[in-house]
Amino acid sequence: MGIVSPGFTGRRRSGTELPPGQYLTRDFPVLSAGPTPHIQPEHWEFSIATESGEVHKWDWPAFLKLPAEEITRDIHCVTRWSKLESEWKGVSLDTLFADVETSADFVMAHSYGGYTTNLPLDDLLDGQAWIAYEFEGDPLGAEHGGPARLLVPHLYFWKSAKWVRGLVLSDAEDLGFWETAGYHEYGDPWKEQRYAGD
Amino acid sequence: MERTAVRRRLTWQAGTVTEIREETATARTIVLDLPDWPGHLAGQHLDVRLTAPDGYRASRSYSIASAWTGSTIELTVEQVPDGEVSPYLVDVLKVGDPLEVRGPVGGWFVWRPDSAGPIQLIGGGSGVVPLMAMLREHAHASSTAPARLLYSVRRPTSVIYAADLKKLAMSDDVDLTFVYTREAPPGEPRVGRVDAELLAAKAFAPTDDLTTYVCGPTPFVEAVADLLVAAGHDPARVRTERFGPTGGPR
Ligand SMILES: Cc1cc2nc3c(=O)[nH]c(=O)nc-3n(C[C@H](O)[C@H](O)[C@H](O)COP(=O)(O)OP(=O)(O)OC[C@H]3O[C@@H](n4cnc5c(N)ncnc54)[C@H](O)[C@@H]3O)c2cc1C
Repeated sequence: MGIVSPGFTGRRRSGTELPPGQYLTRDFPVLSAGPTPHIQPEHWEFSIATESGEVHKWDWPAFLKLPAEEITRDIHCVTRWSKLESEWKGVSLDTLFADVETSADFVMAHSYGGYTTNLPLDDLLDGQAWIAYEFEGDPLGAEHGGPARLLVPHLYFWKSAKWVRGLVLSDAEDLGFWETAGYHEYGDPWKEQRYAGD
Repeated sequence: MERTAVRRRLTWQAGTVTEIREETATARTIVLDLPDWPGHLAGQHLDVRLTAPDGYRASRSYSIASAWTGSTIELTVEQVPDGEVSPYLVDVLKVGDPLEVRGPVGGWFVWRPDSAGPIQLIGGGSGVVPLMAMLREHAHASSTAPARLLYSVRRPTSVIYAADLKKLAMSDDVDLTFVYTREAPPGEPRVGRVDAELLAAKAFAPTDDLTTYVCGPTPFVEAVADLLVAAGHDPARVRTERFGPTGGPR
């Protein structure tokens, strides 16, 4: 039971297709904890490190040779904006994990600039996640995580780490940057898992 | 990036509006009495939730403008034309009304009074709100950390906290610089944005113990943070908070 706000009627602009508490934007807001890192593709490298210490690495030319997919998905930011049918191009994590042997359950994504975010490995596989490098037909801008970012559209967008440089697998769940600062460890927008304990 | 530990379940709590102050023609400070407030760090924000009679709800985040001194907290809201929540908070909400909030949230864009290094605050528009909380905490704790505020506003009448800032600037604890982007007061010839030259003249030069906090609309934060990094500031010591629209479709 909540209290009524005297005189508030609301706009009800959020469509029924949106998770609870979200509103629609056509804009593409930028949220990050520090300055935007400007990473040149020739200096970019992406790695997956398994729990046994095995490391799989791709530089930019090797990464671009991997089969890419076009992805159209709704995205939802914990600051309450949602963007419908955003269009991306990127490499599926299924492709990147094809030769990775692991029995780990958890992943920590690491970014250039020091950002981290934790995810269950199950949420990255089976067509649910990509390393994206184009947005709406153009190379991904630095402020949105270019040259490449993680894209996990079914979770709040802070999980889609910008400027991603690698994934580290582990058997135990550790917390990333915002998760340590009070945000939910999983972040399902449909369950409104915004903050720790939601 | 260093780690901060604030993990605790956040629940909605109802406060009562005890005072509303007009800061500018479009910004109001809302003083809330919150008997169950757990306390906060300067720079944290909370979520405000509005509920219509039929149960429809809308929530938005607002920075906390006051230092934690007890059960009273202050928010400052700038009205966004055509917005859903801010016009209600600025125009409709009255003294005596209830207001539901949940927080505090965010453990990164914060300043702690036991940090000794200098603090450089750079705010644009309503981005000054969490920075004001830091200055208030700085004064409240009698911190001797050198502090500077660079505050970018369109014109003199857009200055939020004008009277409080004047007082702080006179007390010598804080070095205050206004940057007017559209219209300057008489005697202040410079009109324009924050640029490299202005930062070199008015902001602290990079040092190992300097922390810089930048807050405001996204294009402002992007521009200022890029200038700081270009001027040799360690990106890990530049903390940013962006709010408001990006001003374009991407
Ligand atoms: C951490 C944080 C702290 C904040 N602190 C403050 C504060 O101290 N004072 C303050 O006045 N505001 C603050 N804001 C912004 C605030 O949360 C709301 O976004 C703002 O009040 C507008 O809400 P609204 O419901 O009136 O407008 P909406 O109905 O949400 O939007 C109106 C129009 O403006 C655009 N718009 C508005 N805000 C945003 C946004 N954040 N992102 C993208 N598009 C947007 C929308 O696209 C829309 O077209 C903060 C935001 C964050 C994330």
